[in-house]
Amino acid sequence: MSKTTKKVLILLVIVALIAIIPLFALKGAEFGGSDDAGSQVVSEIKGTEYTPWFTPVMETWIGGELPGEIESLLFCVQTGIGVGIMAFLMGRFVERNKKEKAKKASEI
Amino acid sequence: MSKNQKRVLKLAIVFAVMFGITPAANAMHIMEGYLPPKYCIIWGAICLPFLVAGYFSLKKTISENRKSITIIAMAGAFIFVISSLKIPSVTGSCSHMTGTGLGAILFGAGAVSILGIIVLIFQAILLAHGGLTSLGANTFSMAIAGPLVSFGIYKLCQKLKVHRHVGIFLAAAIGDLFTYCVTSIQLALAYPSETGGIAASAVKFLAVFAPTQVPLAIIEGILSVVIIIGLETYAKSELTGLGFIKAGEK
Repeated sequence: MSKTTKKVLILLVIVALIAIIPLFALKGAEFGGSDDAGSQVVSEIKGTEYTPWFTPVMETWIGGELPGEIESLLFCVQTGIGVGIMAFLMGRFVERNKKEKAKKASEI
Repeated sequence: MSKNQKRVLKLAIVFAVMFGITPAANAMHIMEGYLPPKYCIIWGAICLPFLVAGYFSLKKTISENRKSITIIAMAGAFIFVISSLKIPSVTGSCSHMTGTGLGAILFGAGAVSILGIIVLIFQAILLAHGGLTSLGANTFSMAIAGPLVSFGIYKLCQKLKVHRHVGIFLAAAIGDLFTYCVTSIQLALAYPSETGGIAASAVKFLAVFAPTQVPLAIIEGILSVVIIIGLETYAKSELTGLGFIKAGEK
């Protein structure tokens, strides 16, 4: 294994650990979104329940809140688009590198 | 860029820096309908010069070096992926990262504002995450203020001759944190606390967001470094074309 591969692997393990440890360390925690926590603070400061003056367009279109499953679907679509583009480009780079190396080798 | 454009740009930068001095704080996307209309318009207006400058800088990068388009797509895709992942944090709530640091380091802060706003519009319309009314404020915090800080820190690290990867890590992580600080301040400006005013309010918002965001900022920093390592290994010619690594440098 090259030095770079090792470095990348170690970094990725650290990332996974940081992301997963809270799940085990804080058993029973809700893990709600911190964006929602923001709305709670708004209510707290105002002293009353704050009613947003504008509903998200999607909720207007479907006449209600976006179901949780559909929301995770859409989040997955977003991730998928991103990963797809990255994987495609990275694949191209890797292949090109290989070809260039093979070409150099054959010239010698 | 014309002289006038530059002047507008400088003014906007001064403005952003002024805000940066205020202590940091909270949540990443301001929810739809939570920002009074007055603030929606103000933040939107502040974003405009950056978006215009960003568009020009992106166009220039592409016309100077057509191959760099793949790296731009890569940076955009990185923002897409990373801002869709909600990650549990030490405080027992979830948050997500911005991913804008990487693009800022590669292309400068301006170009990222365009990439960032695409993601924000996607999330605001389809996911009811963030919002169209708060788009201006969210664009400013995630796609402008954060990247500016990332870019600045990266350049500073370069000057101080810090190892490149360490510099990238610091730039991406601190840029991510700063995004949340700006959001807190934006919320605090709209909802000053009755007893302590804007500052007390900002501290409150910060208390919600900052502890959650610190570990995530670290993750973002590490992931940005990983992507850069990948690009350095396989896309050296593109990075050289961007002036990111100098020709001949290993």
